[in-house]
Amino acid sequence: MAGVRVLPAIVCLTALALATPMLAAASLAHDSALRMAPDFTRTDLDGKSLDLRKYRGKVVLLNFWATWCGPCLIEIPTFSAWQNTYRTAGLQVVGISMDDDTAPVKRLYQKDRLNYPVAMGDAELGELFGGVLGLPLTYLIDTDGRIVGRYQGEPDLKQLEARIKSLLPRP
Amino acid sequence: MKHTLAKALYPVACAFILLSQPGPVLAQHQPAASIPAADLIQPADLATSLKSATTPKPLILQVGFRKLYAQAHIPGSEYIGAAGEDAGLQLLRERAATLSKDTGIVIYCGCCPWSHCPNIAAAYGALHAMGFTRVKVLYIADNFGDDWVKRGYPVVAGG
Repeated sequence: MAGVRVLPAIVCLTALALATPMLAAASLAHDSALRMAPDFTRTDLDGKSLDLRKYRGKVVLLNFWATWCGPCLIEIPTFSAWQNTYRTAGLQVVGISMDDDTAPVKRLYQKDRLNYPVAMGDAELGELFGGVLGLPLTYLIDTDGRIVGRYQGEPDLKQLEARIKSLLPRP
Repeated sequence: MKHTLAKALYPVACAFILLSQPGPVLAQHQPAASIPAADLIQPADLATSLKSATTPKPLILQVGFRKLYAQAHIPGSEYIGAAGEDAGLQLLRERAATLSKDTGIVIYCGCCPWSHCPNIAAAYGALHAMGFTRVKVLYIADNFGDDWVKRGYPVVAGG
């Protein structure tokens, strides 16, 4: 008899446990207005072609930032360190500057010796990603090109690093 | 304790990093917290007043970065320039010079979290120094996307 009473509770809890990741995924899809990262091509600050699709097979940390954005400048050295640490494991950091002018971005890129490609963003690129309407904004993209994380504002860097490590193809 | 200390040192770290970067010519940074609370307007209140047929509409000026304005801005708002930079501040002064000092003005940015915004307090300070008496500042806690667009308030793109 007791088992009969417990059974519905077990069913409910199991359903909840199964539904929670789905709800989270739905929320992510709603937030980023997409599931697959949209492909785009830009010329980076070194004059090379930056094609997001070419990074399939790698985990991509796509960071929208600007030189005047304090929190952006705080996290960039960490992203640079991760690029060094996890490069061979399959991480690729990509920076997209939303500065209006290229000159300060180039100066910072050279001064800080950023070790990942940086390109200038624009409104069109922002709209592709559901709107870059505040900085910093960072997307985590898995090896299949799916957006698996969207971080508006300052992310918890420890949690983000753990998430990256869990996705790397060659940990 | 560690967390409190880190929190306390954060603005200092931000200021240090910003000042050590080779960037555009920045106006002297003024924190958004320096704006008197009485001069703030909440997004919901501005959205309501924009809907009202009887309330006189203020002049709305966006003082952040152009790529944000081009993606989404408040209908009828004018793009001025990033007031955290000397060039943007100058454009704001030039625009303001054409206005009567009792013009109702709302300024907004939304580029980043309120406490980190490099533009809004500079714009407020400039208008205040010019003698404008009816300036309101749109309080955007996190960013324009979360605090205005996602709440369903009116936006247009372009510009």
